[in-house]
Amino acid sequence: MKSPYREPFHINGFLFGKGEKSVAIVGAMRGDEIQQQFVCSQIVRLLCDFEQKGLLRKDFQILVIPSVNHFSMNINKRFWPMDNTDINRMFPGYNEGETTQRIASAVFEAIKDYRYGIQLASYHFPGEFVPHVRIIKTFNDITDDAQKFGLPYVYLKTPEPFDTVMLNYNWQVWNSAAYSIYAGTTDTIDKKDAHLTWNAVMRFLSQIGIITKDYHGGYLSRMLNDADFQTVMAERAGFFYKLKTAGAEVRQGELIAKILDTFNGSVLSEIHSPSDGVIFFAHSKALIMQYTAAFQVIGW
Amino acid sequence: MTTTVFSASLPIEEQLIIQKQVITGHRSGKRLCVVTGTHGDELEGQYVCYLLTDFLQRNADKISGTVDVYPALNPLGIDTITRGMPGFDLDMNRIFPGKKLSSLSDEVAYAIIEDIKTADFAIDIHASNIFLRELPQARINVNTAETLLPYAAMLNVDLIWVHPAATVLESTLAHSLNSLGVKTIVVETGVGMRITPEYGQRLFFGILNLMKNIGMYEGEISAQITEPTIVSGDGVAFVNAGASGIFLPTKTYGENVKKGEEIGQIVSPLEGKILSVVTAPEGGKIMTIRAYPVVYFGSLIARIIIG
Ligand SMILES: [Zn+2]
Repeated sequence: MKSPYREPFHINGFLFGKGEKSVAIVGAMRGDEIQQQFVCSQIVRLLCDFEQKGLLRKDFQILVIPSVNHFSMNINKRFWPMDNTDINRMFPGYNEGETTQRIASAVFEAIKDYRYGIQLASYHFPGEFVPHVRIIKTFNDITDDAQKFGLPYVYLKTPEPFDTVMLNYNWQVWNSAAYSIYAGTTDTIDKKDAHLTWNAVMRFLSQIGIITKDYHGGYLSRMLNDADFQTVMAERAGFFYKLKTAGAEVRQGELIAKILDTFNGSVLSEIHSPSDGVIFFAHSKALIMQYTAAFQVIGW
Repeated sequence: MTTTVFSASLPIEEQLIIQKQVITGHRSGKRLCVVTGTHGDELEGQYVCYLLTDFLQRNADKISGTVDVYPALNPLGIDTITRGMPGFDLDMNRIFPGKKLSSLSDEVAYAIIEDIKTADFAIDIHASNIFLRELPQARINVNTAETLLPYAAMLNVDLIWVHPAATVLESTLAHSLNSLGVKTIVVETGVGMRITPEYGQRLFFGILNLMKNIGMYEGEISAQITEPTIVSGDGVAFVNAGASGIFLPTKTYGENVKKGEEIGQIVSPLEGKILSVVTAPEGGKIMTIRAYPVVYFGSLIARIIIG
């Protein structure tokens, strides 16, 4: 696509193998999904390497699209720079519609016929997650294959209205088994979480037989439903002085953060863990507003 | 009387506050809520709210019931020229009905719904965004058309657009209120970041006319009320840009065009040439026209009421 004054916009894909359309992998769809694009670039690097060494089945096709939205990423914006629309709210897209509907349509056309769809996703609230696989609950039961990533958690989420215009849901409508992988951070690179995430994708490819070499084992994933999460809200606003991060094991009543007065540093509120368990999500900004979700804890 | 509907602390000293003006009539009666400013870059509703609060406060003796005017559901957005909710990058019209103990945006949405849900009627005024100019219009989901059409026709708009239902639209304020039994009509008018005084005045008289018809206002209306055209989803033709460049319109909204007639051109100032001539795919009246000159391939240029 041409732009009035910028260089033309392309979406690049990397194809491995021929034949049955097996796995499509999509990286950054928002301009701040740098961790997601980083993970995707590492997957491309490994697949190129494996292909050279003859470790990839040639009769299965893999498509990797590391970047859907570099027009935003190049200029430090999250959404489409012209109209601030979110490509991941435009699926399945419309090829005669608005620009981002057309982008979504072109992407979806290229990826919709694959048996498995993997999206490296981020959440619309600023924060860090324990790396996990997320499935939007539809009529298809695709939880068994989700275990093949070997990530600590698989979260089966009940769809909300906005999910119906996102990639994951539409992939499933087209009968792909769609998995969203949350890779910890978004606009910064966390090497440890990134490594865990690309390993999970490679492990999945090995488990379904596309990579012919055995990949080392992962976790036996725990299944999570909406009811497993306890949200801890900030009762006050101020500096968010975090004592525990995502992934930490906590005990009931344990102090996990303080909210400090932004003028005199005094403690306005203490945040305690509601149960024994693990911090699944943690707010990641230095400041916090009242009523913001500071943590999500999953009990044992 | 000014009342605070919701407040939450921001990190440093300030509170986020959503306020409303409550105008109580001299006799009891229905409750109407006029809301606007969900999208911080849409300002047409500001003028309507000003005209209403000014007029109704001076004429409370002619009013039965209560009118609540909420000029800024997204106060941070309006004050900072931000369409969404600052800090969240969220379209506030996709978070309803909200819930408690989830996030600030959910909490805001929940408080707004709680405050409005006992009303009989609500008018949710939107302007277009900064990209498009719209004729004054009411927008109604096809599932609520039977109930809402007669009331929408009182609002002094040029047209009523009955659009198809979509799951994603279930998270709008209007959908949430309608499903709670508040007859809610969405109005779109004018353009983003600007005020079109003529349309503001028309909508003000339209709201008075609605109030008169439902027994909330007994006084004169010093304006002729427009009979709207009713269009359904397939009665509207969309025109999208076939090239990326600078759009120069030759027609404006409200004008009639024939099929194939030129609406404008997309040009390249660098090359000094026309990249694309934009023509009408169907004959009819232009209800929407591009206001922002820079366009990408696919940008909406116009909508035409067919016929
Ligand atoms: Zn709006």
